[in-house]
Amino acid sequence: MKPLAPVAPGTRATLGVAFFAVFFLVWAAFTLGGLVPKQFLADPLTMFKSGWTLLTQYGFLHDIGMTVWRVVGGFLIAAALAVPLGVLMGAYKPVEAFFEPFVSFARYLPASAFIPLLILWAGIGEAQKLAVIFIGSFFQLVLMIAVSVGNTRRDLVEAAYTLGALDRGIVTRVLLPSSAPEIAETLRMVLGWAWTYVIVAELIGASSGIGHMITDSQALLATDQIIFGILVIGLIGLVTDFAFKAFNRKLFPWAQIR
Amino acid sequence: MKRDDLALGSGMPTLQIRAVGKTFGGGTVALQATDLSVQENDFITILGPSGCGKSTLLRMVAGLDTPTGGSIALDGRPVAGPGADRGMVFQSYTLFPWLTVLQNVCFGLREKGMPLPEQHAIAHRFIGKVGLKGFENHFPKQLSGGMQQRVALARALANDPRILLMDEPFGALDHQTRELMQELLLGIWEDERKTVLFVTHDIDEAIFMGNRVVVMSARPGRIKCDLPVPLQHPRHYSMKTTPVFAELKARLTEEIRMEVQRAAGMVAH
Repeated sequence: MKPLAPVAPGTRATLGVAFFAVFFLVWAAFTLGGLVPKQFLADPLTMFKSGWTLLTQYGFLHDIGMTVWRVVGGFLIAAALAVPLGVLMGAYKPVEAFFEPFVSFARYLPASAFIPLLILWAGIGEAQKLAVIFIGSFFQLVLMIAVSVGNTRRDLVEAAYTLGALDRGIVTRVLLPSSAPEIAETLRMVLGWAWTYVIVAELIGASSGIGHMITDSQALLATDQIIFGILVIGLIGLVTDFAFKAFNRKLFPWAQIR
Repeated sequence: MKRDDLALGSGMPTLQIRAVGKTFGGGTVALQATDLSVQENDFITILGPSGCGKSTLLRMVAGLDTPTGGSIALDGRPVAGPGADRGMVFQSYTLFPWLTVLQNVCFGLREKGMPLPEQHAIAHRFIGKVGLKGFENHFPKQLSGGMQQRVALARALANDPRILLMDEPFGALDHQTRELMQELLLGIWEDERKTVLFVTHDIDEAIFMGNRVVVMSARPGRIKCDLPVPLQHPRHYSMKTTPVFAELKARLTEEIRMEVQRAAGMVAH
């Protein structure tokens, strides 16, 4: 191995899959070998079996659907407001000066700490779940997008000015397209964080969703179901991440050229 | 000499720089009050050591920097901010990476609200002029540095500016590419008869390209001398070895050397 030397795509895939295999093998060895008691950690086989039961008999698909809906819903609302505000802040320094200090402060407010307050305000319905995700992702999005837009190469802006662009053209034809790949990347990252917020929101006061299933299973000491729930979240996260990356590559082919 | 007659006849210079100076916030004088007038179809090269304020002067003409004194007028109208009438080619590669070559060249035309077929007709003409036919759909990152600067030149020319400002446009290119670019630009200038203000620190380049070479002093910058280049057009690279060229080069080398020494603190002011 040489530092920073690239690895062939085939080898990369094999190595990536290999660690998953190692992980499951170690897990299986510990649990099936009797080193860890069943009530603390279920073995992989039982986990998959009860996962199947959850999906086929206990309507876990509906829970998954609810969770996905909440994440996507809350995230879309946050993005719909954060993208315009972030772009405005990045482009216009007085707007940034007005919002930036508050947003910087607000993004350190832990979304999960708002849950009791949000339950008081919005009950335990869907509005509360969406609000948690919104609080968790909106401020992060705004700041990161403002930075991306603000970091647009100045010489490109100057070139556009000398080509006769007016302020409006600078925003729509230089700042936006130049920062678009980074904005898309920010959306991808923050969507990942939104997944952690939704589960927290569902652990406290929910009647459906993956998080709800996990709390229910805890009462039954069903570690197999808990682990299956966690695994499902991880899988969905992985799939959306891949989809998002592929989508970004397709949308911004110019940003891929090295 | 014909050019002088023309200028006398029309009277008003294309670009008139009067007592333009720039002092930065901290009190550093980047450029002392400078006068320069550029006539229609002039190709003026501004030659000076780095940090002499030659780029600052060009950026003020472009409207990207504001002078702290004096006035700049294009066709008698004062310059207040950047505009399409003053096209610029920068030293850094400033093609928009998200646009193809064709879209880059159309940028300014689209900003003017020109219909697409017309935009394309003009763009194709200039892409052809800079020898990049066939590269219309390439992205800038797929091109070499020299090619990118050629597109930048086509982009600036397509906009049909009154004056073309060039800030060491070939400064980042290797020597061989730079010489090819000089000939290309000169060929285009001989065809299009644009008025050009060209900043460089390369003496050969300044002589080969210009009708007049304006030499600037070390910081604080001011115009030290303004010499006509007695070479005929069309120019050929072989002219770089003629006695006329060598003589002017010797003189300019001396002027610049003195300034570089002064800038380095090797001679008393």
